[in-house]
Amino acid sequence: MFARLVYESFRRQKRRKLLAGAAIALGVTVATAMIAVATDIGDKISRELRTIGANLVVTPQDEALDVDIGGVHLQPPSDSAYLSEADLPKIKGIFWHNNITAFAPMLPANVTVDVPGTGGGKKDATLLGTYFAKQVSYGKQDFITGVRKTHAWWRVSGAWPNDDSSDALIGERLARTLPYRVGDEIILSGHSVRVAGILSTGGAEDDQIVAPLSLAQAILGRPGAVRRIYVSAITKPEDALARRDPRSLTGPMYDRWYCSPYPQSIAYQLQEAIPHSHAEQIRQVAQNEGAVLTKVEGLFFLVTLAALLASALAVSAAMATAIFERRGEVGLMKALGAGKMAVASVFFAEATLLALIGGVAGFAAGSVLARQIGRTIFDSQISVQPVLLPVVLVIAVLVTILGSATAIRGAVSLDPVYALRGEL
Amino acid sequence: MKPVSAFAQKLSASRTPSPHTSMFLRMLVRAAVLRRGRAAAALFAMVVAAAVATAVLNLYADVQAKLRSEFRNYGANIIVAGKHSSSLPAGALPQVESVLSGRGLAAPFALVVAHTSQGQPVVVAGTDFARVQQLDHWWSVTNWPAASHQALIGVRALAAISPQKQPFDLMFAGRTINLTPVGTVQTGAAEDNRIYISLSDFTAWAGVQPSTIEVAATGTPEEIAATMRELAQALPSAEVRPVRQIVEGEARVLGKTRATLFAASALIVLTAALCVLSTLMGWVLDRRKDFAIMKALGASGRLLSVFFAAEAASLGAVGALIGYVAGIGLAAWIGRINFHASIAPRFSVLPVVIVASIAVTLLASIIPISLLRRVQPAVILRGE
Repeated sequence: MFARLVYESFRRQKRRKLLAGAAIALGVTVATAMIAVATDIGDKISRELRTIGANLVVTPQDEALDVDIGGVHLQPPSDSAYLSEADLPKIKGIFWHNNITAFAPMLPANVTVDVPGTGGGKKDATLLGTYFAKQVSYGKQDFITGVRKTHAWWRVSGAWPNDDSSDALIGERLARTLPYRVGDEIILSGHSVRVAGILSTGGAEDDQIVAPLSLAQAILGRPGAVRRIYVSAITKPEDALARRDPRSLTGPMYDRWYCSPYPQSIAYQLQEAIPHSHAEQIRQVAQNEGAVLTKVEGLFFLVTLAALLASALAVSAAMATAIFERRGEVGLMKALGAGKMAVASVFFAEATLLALIGGVAGFAAGSVLARQIGRTIFDSQISVQPVLLPVVLVIAVLVTILGSATAIRGAVSLDPVYALRGEL
Repeated sequence: MKPVSAFAQKLSASRTPSPHTSMFLRMLVRAAVLRRGRAAAALFAMVVAAAVATAVLNLYADVQAKLRSEFRNYGANIIVAGKHSSSLPAGALPQVESVLSGRGLAAPFALVVAHTSQGQPVVVAGTDFARVQQLDHWWSVTNWPAASHQALIGVRALAAISPQKQPFDLMFAGRTINLTPVGTVQTGAAEDNRIYISLSDFTAWAGVQPSTIEVAATGTPEEIAATMRELAQALPSAEVRPVRQIVEGEARVLGKTRATLFAASALIVLTAALCVLSTLMGWVLDRRKDFAIMKALGASGRLLSVFFAAEAASLGAVGALIGYVAGIGLAAWIGRINFHASIAPRFSVLPVVIVASIAVTLLASIIPISLLRRVQPAVILRGE
């Protein structure tokens, strides 16, 4: 009888059920989309912040003092220790390899540029060897990495050089002092190089020549050598645990430290992966990133709370209206001898059922909405964790029941005589 | 006949407004007072909806300014440097300061390569520590130098030059300076390899003027571009360039955050409007008996529509006003706990919230009324 009452109520009052269900579905849609956006916003903003540059740098362990002013290296190359290019793909083998968005090796070399029209005149310059967009493979996975990803603010007029070519980019300030145009051949310390484009960075590279790593290694006479590696990683804002020294941590604390994507722990893992290396966070990028991320995440957490409040209120308002309209029915049931509990349980069962149906529909719509927000704003997916579904359903049922509770109490305590006569 | 009717018309015109208006008002007030519970519920929904909408609109308007100040912690966004790596003219720093006039910070840097007594080359920088401390928050410094001949030494330079933190000599152009390392600096970048001393020590020893001034200008991208133009005009012998990664990264993050917040605000405002709509529709439908009685007593359909619309609109206006105040409080609270800065109330949000609230409440009352108007009062009064 109970089941039939609920069933018939759904069958015969399609319009009313549809209205209340739509309100629940809309509330759940907004809640789902906002929770998904809020949980993913840190990751998305972190990716955007990668345009500010790499946040980690790997150098040789026993590196001599770097003597450079404005990108001009002043120490003899023999002084320096090097990392091995063969170790680079291992970066993609660390625990947090999915958080490494890109890396770029750097190898500076002092070269002389032949200046034509000066009777064999030469000019000193710094050549920077790097990856532009090189395909690297680790195990079974292939990925493309290089300065085009780590140094997103670099602009080239002309073309980006290919990583296995002997093409190079000339910094725009250096180019102004040289008579070369895009497409010309230049002689760098005896090696012939084609100018593929003019590079503009707003930094030290504007006075340098940037070439594929293999070319710089050939000119320097050190095959496989890398001076430093810039690594872009998606990190979590550091907290008290992040600042602890890993050597002072034990057991589960160490595991938690190691398995959190703090800049410190990713640096530690890079150091483990690359022999004889020292990895460090670039504090200007890493520290401020944490501050910005905390603020943006906090903002969206609070906005999500506001969204949840608004949708909970919308759901309860719709439910209250729906129940208020059915006082006549309550009166009839009570006149036929139903107790308060029996009437209330019919309404609660209906509300729960409605919340479940509306919740599932709203969850689906919210996932689509979140994905749409991700695609239009961030050009990447915001995926909704399936684990969210039960959570959202429980919240939907709770809010619906709480929202209808006052209205149900009012309805069942009504005298059936008045209710049936339509007075109150 | 004619004059009499004209007189009657005149009479009724002079008499009707006052009792009508007062009856109208009385009905409005009594409706709210007699059904306190329902009216309070509708008002509550209205207030919460308006508060949430006000708070997110306020946040949306202010979030860029708040995040921009976060981005100033990244340090300089403009570099003023001597052309062809030469020194800047004397007095460049006061000139930069006067252009900025409080809209940013500036720190001078002078750089030379000096040698230790063992012949180890090292980059030595002269700067103004007080300014650097304000500009470069990310420098991890153990102790800032306070006196003359004290040096702030990069962690790598410390290991290479003065591992026991003992005083050391530096030579440049035949002149020697004796320095005591009092603190270390760690940044993960070039600073780790350098030695920093005060600008007065530096110029007295090396005789070199600053070659770079790092400027952190505040404001919108347009204001920063204007600052750059003014700097270039004031210092024609210098090169003024933006720190492009900071400027571009800031623009991207701000743009995306604002766009996401816009989507979120739109969703929240929509939900709030829906909440008001369903509450008010319930409130009007619930009073169909009043409606029927008024109609049976001879009120025209138009008068009834106006009555219910006025009731809804006043509810909307009162709710929006209270909600606006609550929303300002909510936004200020969010600003304080998230940005540690207050979010200034925007009065431009108030008319938007009020107009939108009234529009939603009108819509919410007109839909049920147009349904009721088609029904005979007798049918409603019989409770069918």
